[in-house]
Amino acid sequence: MSVTIKRKNDYIYAFIKGEIDHHTAPEIRETIDEALSVSETAKLLVLDFSEVSFMDSSGVGLVMGRYRYATTLGKKIRVDNLDNRNYKIMQMSGIEKIAEINRKEN
Amino acid sequence: MKKINQMKMILDSYSVNEGFSRVAVSAFASQLDMTVDELGDIKTIVSEAVTNCIVHAYKEKIGKIYITCTVFENGILRVSVRDRGCGIPDVKKAREPLYTSVGGDRSGLGFSVMESFSDKLSVRSKVGVGTTVTMEKRISGKKYE
Repeated sequence: MSVTIKRKNDYIYAFIKGEIDHHTAPEIRETIDEALSVSETAKLLVLDFSEVSFMDSSGVGLVMGRYRYATTLGKKIRVDNLDNRNYKIMQMSGIEKIAEINRKEN
Repeated sequence: MKKINQMKMILDSYSVNEGFSRVAVSAFASQLDMTVDELGDIKTIVSEAVTNCIVHAYKEKIGKIYITCTVFENGILRVSVRDRGCGIPDVKKAREPLYTSVGGDRSGLGFSVMESFSDKLSVRSKVGVGTTVTMEKRISGKKYE
């Protein structure tokens, strides 16, 4: 599991690689939250799931938690490149009502 | 239903075992010649059930998690995950989508995900004794893909 942070214009990109479960989520969370807290000018956090090989509901908790934290900093979030299974799990939370979530293009 | 094959394992409730448990169960279940999607469903279900043991049942301590995985004729897979932890006072409430007793970054979706990816899910729990979650899934297999 790893997270790569990239910044471009007003965006922070977090590329998550590997498996997201209750065991791996804390480290992913810390890396992303640190990037959020130091990027004063950034307006949008993009969580890129294209290299996520597995996630359970801990992945949803991770996204919801980042949404809450980003909101307190006046930033928005978006989730990109979810595969069909992960998209389905994300949808169960209703997160798409408050943040944009996008499926991987085939 | 006639049993064809069975596997049992006992794990300590360390979070590092979440990954191992879902891989071990899916490896055993792969004798059913599952599709990639079915394999993903099994991994997700096991991950949720084992995480519940770690986060809820054995909140303040390390305990044993008992997993039994049975293959029946007609391609039915049954996985049961049992703990001797604190038990769930209100199973109906625990199964409600988005309900969580712990807060933080827990989504409250564990049971919803397990229900969605299995054909049958039962939860038996007694406060102070423990919880058993049993799920069944009919594997259609690659021949129907």
